[in-house]
Amino acid sequence: MAVLRDELIGLRSMDDIIKARQLVRECAIFQGLSLVDQTKIVTAASELARNTLVHGGGGEMRLQALNDGPRRGVKVIFVDSGPGIPDIELAMKDGYTTRGGLGLGLSGSKRLVDEFGIDSKPGKGTTVSIVRWR
Amino acid sequence: MERIPILKMGPYLLVTIQVDMHDRIAMTLQDELTERIVSDRAQGVLLDISSVDVVDSFIGRMIGNIASMSRVLDAETVVVGMRPAVAITLVELGLALPSIKTALNVDAGMTLLKAARKTSNNGRPAR
Repeated sequence: MAVLRDELIGLRSMDDIIKARQLVRECAIFQGLSLVDQTKIVTAASELARNTLVHGGGGEMRLQALNDGPRRGVKVIFVDSGPGIPDIELAMKDGYTTRGGLGLGLSGSKRLVDEFGIDSKPGKGTTVSIVRWR
Repeated sequence: MERIPILKMGPYLLVTIQVDMHDRIAMTLQDELTERIVSDRAQGVLLDISSVDVVDSFIGRMIGNIASMSRVLDAETVVVGMRPAVAITLVELGLALPSIKTALNVDAGMTLLKAARKTSNNGRPAR
């Protein structure tokens, strides 16, 4: 699998979330995703970027354009070194929230993408990766 | 800081969101809009999101809050101009916004607000 583009941006403020959305949109257009698929991955990225900022205390977003034979896709990875998620299964449930939100961030993002991965260690931080293929 | 203008159109308020929604802009809009509903004695709010290309759960929640708050203040909210890709994404995200009135464009939204006023005025004093 070839990685055509590889970008890294910091997620430290709300402005960074907007920047993250714009970068993911650009990459999705570059990879030829349909408008609906662009909207899905940008929305998922917005949810996860906000999680990184609000729950992880800030972190980074890595954005990759993937070419896997005839398949083209967009991969986004969110990394923070915050408190981590003690119970991932619970955190993935619709409606579960620790901050008074709607509790759709993780579970909803997962529904919007083709591949979803989460790794979290209490006290060390959380990494979430998503891929949407064309 | 950027702000979203609130325009008065007869008994209604028109809000057209044309900026990439920042969480703080969204919060400011909620505050200003509720104040304007009261000070302008508005009967309804048209929230035009035709320029909005992403509605995540935060922005979706804000839209829901605006509708609930204005209802408590005796004004109906109609969300107009949602893009098809945004609608598909919102429903898959799990945010179908069941309690929110929607219309395809501002004209249709205005018709809906007028109709809602006629049916809900029974026994209530006009403003």
